[in-house]
Amino acid sequence: MAHAHSSSETVFPPPLVEGKHTFHSVTEAVCSIVEAPPSKGWLASFALALMGLGILGISVGYLFWEGTGVWGLNQPVGWGFAIVNFVFWVGIGHAGTLISAILFLFRQKWRTSINRFAEAMTIFAVICALLFPTIHVGRVWLLYWALPIPNQMGMWPNFRSPLLWDVFAVSTYFTVSLLFWYVGLIPDLATLRDRAKNKISFYAYGMLALGWRGANRHWQNYEKAYLILAGLSAPLVLSVHTIVSFDFAVSVIPGWHTTIFPPYFVAGAIFSGFAMVLTLAIPARKIFHLEDFMTIRHIENMNKIILVTGMMVGYAYAMEFFVAWYSASEYESFAFINRALGPYWWAYWIMVSCNVITPQLFWFKKIRTSATMAFILSIFVNIGMWFERFVITMSLHRDYLPSSWDYYTPTLWDFGCLVGSFGLFFTLFLLFLKFLPAIAMAEIKGVMPEADPHWEGHGHAHGAASGHDDAVEKHHG
Amino acid sequence: MAEQRIWGLVAQFDNASTLLHGAQALQGAGYRRYEVWSPFPVHGMDQAMDLPRSKVPWLVLVGGLTGMCGALLLQWWSGAVEYPIMIGGKPAFSFEAATPVTFELAVLLSAFGAVFGMFGLNRLPNPRHPLDTVPMFRGVTDDKFFISIEVRDAKFDVDRSTALLESLGGRHVTVVEA
Repeated sequence: MAHAHSSSETVFPPPLVEGKHTFHSVTEAVCSIVEAPPSKGWLASFALALMGLGILGISVGYLFWEGTGVWGLNQPVGWGFAIVNFVFWVGIGHAGTLISAILFLFRQKWRTSINRFAEAMTIFAVICALLFPTIHVGRVWLLYWALPIPNQMGMWPNFRSPLLWDVFAVSTYFTVSLLFWYVGLIPDLATLRDRAKNKISFYAYGMLALGWRGANRHWQNYEKAYLILAGLSAPLVLSVHTIVSFDFAVSVIPGWHTTIFPPYFVAGAIFSGFAMVLTLAIPARKIFHLEDFMTIRHIENMNKIILVTGMMVGYAYAMEFFVAWYSASEYESFAFINRALGPYWWAYWIMVSCNVITPQLFWFKKIRTSATMAFILSIFVNIGMWFERFVITMSLHRDYLPSSWDYYTPTLWDFGCLVGSFGLFFTLFLLFLKFLPAIAMAEIKGVMPEADPHWEGHGHAHGAASGHDDAVEKHHG
Repeated sequence: MAEQRIWGLVAQFDNASTLLHGAQALQGAGYRRYEVWSPFPVHGMDQAMDLPRSKVPWLVLVGGLTGMCGALLLQWWSGAVEYPIMIGGKPAFSFEAATPVTFELAVLLSAFGAVFGMFGLNRLPNPRHPLDTVPMFRGVTDDKFFISIEVRDAKFDVDRSTALLESLGGRHVTVVEA
């Protein structure tokens, strides 16, 4: 047993929770953020986020009034910022599901302190994503045409269109992510209910907690449901970005019609999503003093994932060029040469620099384990991945017929929607940080050494990962 | 009369270890209407309490099959029977084109089965519980562990059950009113 313990210590040197924490101090550390009055920093950030939300309101309101002509769209560039932003935000969401579902299935216990946070990011990012195709249809009041609802026209949607698959994929993704997040929140909402100092919070958290009291018969069904949700979310997240890539890949546009798109989009989504988790988590852990829970080890692990997925994305960029040349299709080759050297060459090289070159710095342990460097590089990745979607979408600007070639220049209203979507995202995220437990308390308690039923307080804890002591016992006992 | 107004007994335990041993002992002593309460799931507790497997997976299966069959029927009926349109010379219905939506709806309804099935099996939402009247029980969502025995249990006896809970390390044994 002691041997197993020491070997697991050398594999994962830093513990999952740093500092001397008890179950109660975990509750205190997390709940005090919610229970304390909002700090000046939070209020200032919230004001800024609300300004962004206001910009979104104005931009979308004007768009609804005037129509999509207010954007810089033209023929042949019928897909502009709206689609770029849609793919960008959906991609951001994917890291949340990866952390909450895939790392859960792989028993990566370090995920527990960041999963709540990342899942919240997923939900808010998917809300931003859903906004863009909605407003891009132009006549938003006819959006229900995309849904299989019996109607007075006797018409049904075309289920053979990838755009309709997308409606189902993204709305299922949103619903399942929301359920997964909510199920995870229930025990923690019950904690907030039981600590409530006033009637409003008692009833608000009480209703959301559904009367959770921690009965073992309830935990049994709860854990099973959570495991199954993780099992469902893992293929779901892969399917969502695959289907998003079908929006492009199923068309016959050079530069889009490629079979590499599904895996390449999924890798890019994970890459950008982890970068966004870092962008959000690094300031939040500082402001709310959560360094004990979101440790350098968490940051380093995420940086490693960014390094790996960044190289996958880089490989995809190279492979696209190779296949374009190898296909011997004039149009394919032209599309790619035009991306790198055509009118949008600057966007292409921003993409390559931010996605392929700068993440290579994470090979250095010094940089990988520095919160500041991780934050800076995560911003680069966010920018790079937005430009990746821009580069792909802009393949439209030089189509088969040179006489119809054009250049897409975004207008003020395109930028208004982009900036505004960040306003929406940060408004929701700041509300989450203030009113809901940002760290999954019940899960953290479950991975602490004291949670092990064989821990007798003698200090011979079985290492940080306590969940599978029964199996360990059988092996070594 | 006073006896009937009792819901049961509750005792506080110090840690997951005494809780697990307590549950094992109660199960061994023939108690069945008892419950273990903890801030996080304690591993090995299901075996200690000799609980049958959770029924959640069956409800997920029902949800998933409903989603899958419903999605296939919807796509086939709306696209090939009710409103067939010729697009690109492709068949009005094919399994290949139907796969994405079928997959998504199967996942969606499976998730409903998991979440709402879990709520149903756990009888949630449940706004009231006799244990809510015990002030110390609020700590169960923070760092406290409890075992309760209901009066409905055949083995229940206020004095003997209290003594048993105390011998297992239970503290502050309290009679809970119904």
